[in-house]
Amino acid sequence: MTTPARDGRIVVVGASLAGLRAAETLREKGFTGELTLVGDEPVPPYDRPPLSKQVLLGRVAAGDCGLPARRPVDARWKLGVRATGLDATRKRVLLADGEELPYDRVLIATGTRARPWPHPEEAALDGVFTLRTDEDAARLAARLDAGPRRVLVIGAGFTGSEIASACRERGLPVTVAERGRAPLIGALGGTAAAFATRLQRAHGVDLRCGVTVTSLRGSGGRLTGAAFSDGSSIDADIAVVALGAVRNTEWLDGSGLAAGPRGVACDAGCRVFTMYGIVTDDVFVAGDVARFPHPLFEYQMIALEHWGNAVAQAEVAAHNMVSPGPLRRPHLTVPAFWSSQFGLNIKSVGVPTFSDQVILAQGRPEDRRLVAVYGYRGRITAAVTVDRAKWLDHYRHLIETGAPFPPAPGAADFHAGHEPVPSDVPDPRVLSHGPTVALTGHLPDRRLTLLRPGG
Amino acid sequence: MPPETLFERITDFAARADPYPLYAELRDSGVARQADGSYLVGTYHEISALLHDPRVSSDPRSRAEPHEDPAATGLPPSFIGLDDPGHDRLRRMVMRPFGPPHSPHRIDELRGEIQRVAGELADALVAKDRFDLVDDFAFPLPVTVICRLLGVPEGDVPQMHTWADAVVAGLDFAPGEDPSPRQRAAREARQAMGLYLGELAEQRRRAPTGDMLSALVHEPGPDGALTRQELMVSAVLLLIAGHETTVNLITNGMLTLLRHPHEYDRLRDHPEEMPAAVEELLRYEPPVQLLPQRSPLADIEVAGVTVPRGAPLILVLAAGNRDPLRFPDPDRFDPRRPDNQHLGFGSGVHACFGAPLARVETHLALTTLLRRLGDLRLVEDSPEYRRSPVLRGPRHLHLEQHRR
Ligand SMILES: Cc1cc2nc3c(=O)[nH]c(=O)nc-3n(C[C@H](O)[C@H](O)[C@H](O)COP(=O)(O)OP(=O)(O)OC[C@H]3O[C@@H](n4cnc5c(N)ncnc54)[C@H](O)[C@@H]3O)c2cc1C
Ligand code: HEM
Repeated sequence: MTTPARDGRIVVVGASLAGLRAAETLREKGFTGELTLVGDEPVPPYDRPPLSKQVLLGRVAAGDCGLPARRPVDARWKLGVRATGLDATRKRVLLADGEELPYDRVLIATGTRARPWPHPEEAALDGVFTLRTDEDAARLAARLDAGPRRVLVIGAGFTGSEIASACRERGLPVTVAERGRAPLIGALGGTAAAFATRLQRAHGVDLRCGVTVTSLRGSGGRLTGAAFSDGSSIDADIAVVALGAVRNTEWLDGSGLAAGPRGVACDAGCRVFTMYGIVTDDVFVAGDVARFPHPLFEYQMIALEHWGNAVAQAEVAAHNMVSPGPLRRPHLTVPAFWSSQFGLNIKSVGVPTFSDQVILAQGRPEDRRLVAVYGYRGRITAAVTVDRAKWLDHYRHLIETGAPFPPAPGAADFHAGHEPVPSDVPDPRVLSHGPTVALTGHLPDRRLTLLRPGG
Repeated sequence: MPPETLFERITDFAARADPYPLYAELRDSGVARQADGSYLVGTYHEISALLHDPRVSSDPRSRAEPHEDPAATGLPPSFIGLDDPGHDRLRRMVMRPFGPPHSPHRIDELRGEIQRVAGELADALVAKDRFDLVDDFAFPLPVTVICRLLGVPEGDVPQMHTWADAVVAGLDFAPGEDPSPRQRAAREARQAMGLYLGELAEQRRRAPTGDMLSALVHEPGPDGALTRQELMVSAVLLLIAGHETTVNLITNGMLTLLRHPHEYDRLRDHPEEMPAAVEELLRYEPPVQLLPQRSPLADIEVAGVTVPRGAPLILVLAAGNRDPLRFPDPDRFDPRRPDNQHLGFGSGVHACFGAPLARVETHLALTTLLRRLGDLRLVEDSPEYRRSPVLRGPRHLHLEQHRR
C-alpha cells in the first residue's frame, strides 16, 4: 500500500552529508516516489572531517574520502549544478542550467562554505587558501608537500587549529593569528581555551592572539607574507584563511522563507518557517544550514556545524517528510562534536557556549586528559573531554536530564581544589573564527539575527 | 531460616545451567539491596549508566568493608582493579603495543597463527567419535594465542597452561568445600607466572623479538616505561582475563549453536555471518555474567534507590543483555540481530581491552569447527558447569561425532 506521503516527488538540494543521509533514510522509510538530489559540487558526496586531518598529513588522498553509502539509493543525481532559487508557491526548485524541478516536498541541505578573505585581490594571491572542499584540501596538501618556509593560519577555531596541528606534525613552521584572546575560545570559552593556548605553544606554534591580519602581501602574484594589527609582520608562502563558515542561503533570497546569514529557521520537526514565522509543511531543512529550537537550551534557535548533527537531523527530516503528522519526530539529539589536534582527541557534548560556569570535573590539564563540565544557571549544559571520551555518555545523560551544576562529587579522578569558575564565553563578534555552534536567539524570524553570547 | 536473597539464589550452583529466570526476577525487582548490604543491578540502561559513571569505583579498596582479596599476591593491583587516573595510565601504556593507534596491526598479524592453532586442534578431533570440546579445543586455544602474542617461547606454553589452570581453579568456588588450598595454589601460580613473565621481559629488553613483551620494554610512549612490577601484573592480567572468558565463549557458542541446529547449518554455509553471530553469543550467553567488584565513591542514585558510598555494587551484565526494554524478544537467539550493543565486554573505561582479539579468536574457532567437524550431538544437555557464577561456562562439553 502506498500512502500519499510515501509517494510523489522529493527534491533534496545539497548533495553532501545531510543530503545523502536524508536520501538513504527516505528510501529506508519506504518512500517510493521520484527522488532527485541536486548538488553544485561535481563529485559524489564525500566526508569533510578528514580534510583537515588525515588529508593534510598526507595519509589519505582528498579524493579517497567518499562517504560510504549505507544502502543503495535509487535517485536521480544532478551533480555540478547549482540551485538558484526556490519558488514556494509553484513548488519548484530552479536550477542554474535552466531546468525547473517540481516537488511535493523539498529538503534544503546546502550547508556552509568557507568564509573568504575579505580583500579579493589578496585572496587571489597564489598561496592563499580556504578549506572546505576536497579540491581545497588536495591543493593545500600538495603545497604542504612542497615544504613551504612558513604557513600562516588565520583564525584559531577547530579547523584552523587542526590545520596548524597538521603543519606542525609535518615539521613546518606555523604562525596562527586569532583576533580573540585564545584558540578555540569561541567554541569552549576562555577558561578552556587557555588550555588550547598552552597546547599550541607547546607544539611550537607561533601563536598570536588579540591581533588581526591587516594585509596579505604578495609579489608577482604570489603570497610573500602578512602584516598584523600590532605592527608586526611575517614572511609566509602559504596562508590558510580559517575564518569560519558562511551559510549557503543566498539561493533562497526572495523565497519568502526564514533564511538569512544565520541559516534557515525550522521547527523541532525540521519544517522550515516562512519569514513571518509561520511553519511550512513541504519545505524541510537539515545539516549545517539549519537553525532550530532546542529544549535543552531554553528553546533558543541553535545552528550547529557538526557532523553528527547533520546525520541525525537529516534522518529526522527524512522521516518527517514521509510520515503523517502524529508519527513525526522531533530533532532533539544533544549536540556532539569531535576534533583531533596536536595528538589529542577533543570531544564535546551539549553547547559549551551556552554556559556561565565551568568546572574541571575529572583529570588535570597538566596530564592532558580531562573532563570540563559546563553549567548555565545551575544546570549542566555541556561537557568537553580531552582524551577521555569514554566518559562522555555519562555527561550526555546529565545534560539530557537537566542535572544540577556542578556535577555531584565523587569522581575517582576529581582533583581537590577545582571549583566552578566563569566559563568566560566571549561575544562572537570579537573572534576571527566563527563559532561552530551559534545560539541565534528565540525567534524563527530571519530579521532577528543578533548573536547572543552565553551567560 | 531467613529467606534466601536473590543473589544467593543466583550464585547457588543449582542455578548455573539456567540463571535467566532469576535474572528476569532481578530486572523486575529494580535495584535490589541484598541482606549482606550489596546492591544488585540487572537492567540494561542502569548498568550502562553505572559503567560510565566516574563515581563508580573498580578498586576493591573503595569498599566500606574491604574484603581480603583471595588472589592477593603481594604485587600491586592490576589496572582492572584500579580507578582513573592510575587505571588510565597503565591501560594506555599496555595498550600501546597491542592496538590502535600505535599498533594497528598487532591482532591482524596474529590471524594466521590463530588459524593454524585452531586448525591443528580441529585436526585432532576430526577422527574421533567422541571428545570434550573444552579440554580438547576451547581450553588450549586461548592460552596458546596469548602466549604467542606476548612472546612466550613455544616450549614454555605447557607451563603457562598449568599455571593458568591453577589460577582459574582458584576463581571457582564450591559450596561446602574449603577453598583455601585452591586459592593458595592460585596465588602461587600467579606469582610464578608474574616472575616468569618479568624474567622473560628482561631477556626481551636485551634482545627484542618483535612480540608484545619486547615492545612493552623497548618502545615506551610519552608516559615512560612500566616498572618491573607493573609489567608483571599487567602481563598476568592479560593471560588471566583473556583465558577462561574466551574458553567459555567458544564453548557456550558451540552449545548454543547445537541447540539451534538451523542456525548451525546456516552459519556453516555462510561463515561471513559469523561476526554478527559472535556478537549475539556475547549478548545471549556472555562469558562474564556479572561484575562483582564495583562500589560507589559517593552516595549515588540508581533508578530511585540510593546506593551508599562503599556498598558492593554488582552489575549483572547477563541480565542487562536480556532486558526487554533494550532488546526486542531478548530470550531469542538471533545471530542476525540488528543494533546489538550488548554488555558482554562491559562498557566505559574498563571495557574489555582484549575484545578485538577475543572476537577474531572466537570467529576463527567457530568457523573452523563448523567447517571441519562432522555431525555433532550433545552427549548431555545441559552439560556440567563450572562452579563460578561470574565466569559461567561448561566444565566439559562432551560431543559425539558422526562423520559426514
Ligand atoms: C575541514 C573540515 C573539518 C571538519 N571536521 C569536523 C569534525 O572533526 N567534527 C565534526 O563534527 N564536524 C566537522 N566538520 C563539519 C562537518 O563536516 C559538517 O558539519 C558537515 O559537512 C555538514 O554537512 P551538510 O551536508 O549539512 O553540509 P555540507 O557538507 O556543507 O554540504 C552542503 C552541500 O550543498 C552544496 N550546495 C550549496 N549550495 C548549493 C546550491 N545552491 N545548489 C546545489 N548545491 C549546493 C555544497 O556544495 C555542498 O556540497 C568539518 C568540516 C570541515 C570543512
Ligand atoms: C570472549 C572473551 C572475553 C570476554 C567476554 C571479556 C569480557 C570482559 C569484560 C566484561 C570486561 C570488563 C571488566 C570490568 O568492567 O570490570 C573485561 C575487561 C578486560 N579484559 Fe576481557 N574479555 C574477553 C577476552 C579478553 C582477552 C582475550 C583479553 C586479553 C588479551 C582480555 C583482557 C581484558 C583486560 C585487560 C580487561 C581489563 C580492562 C580494564 O580494566 O581497563 N579480555 N573483559
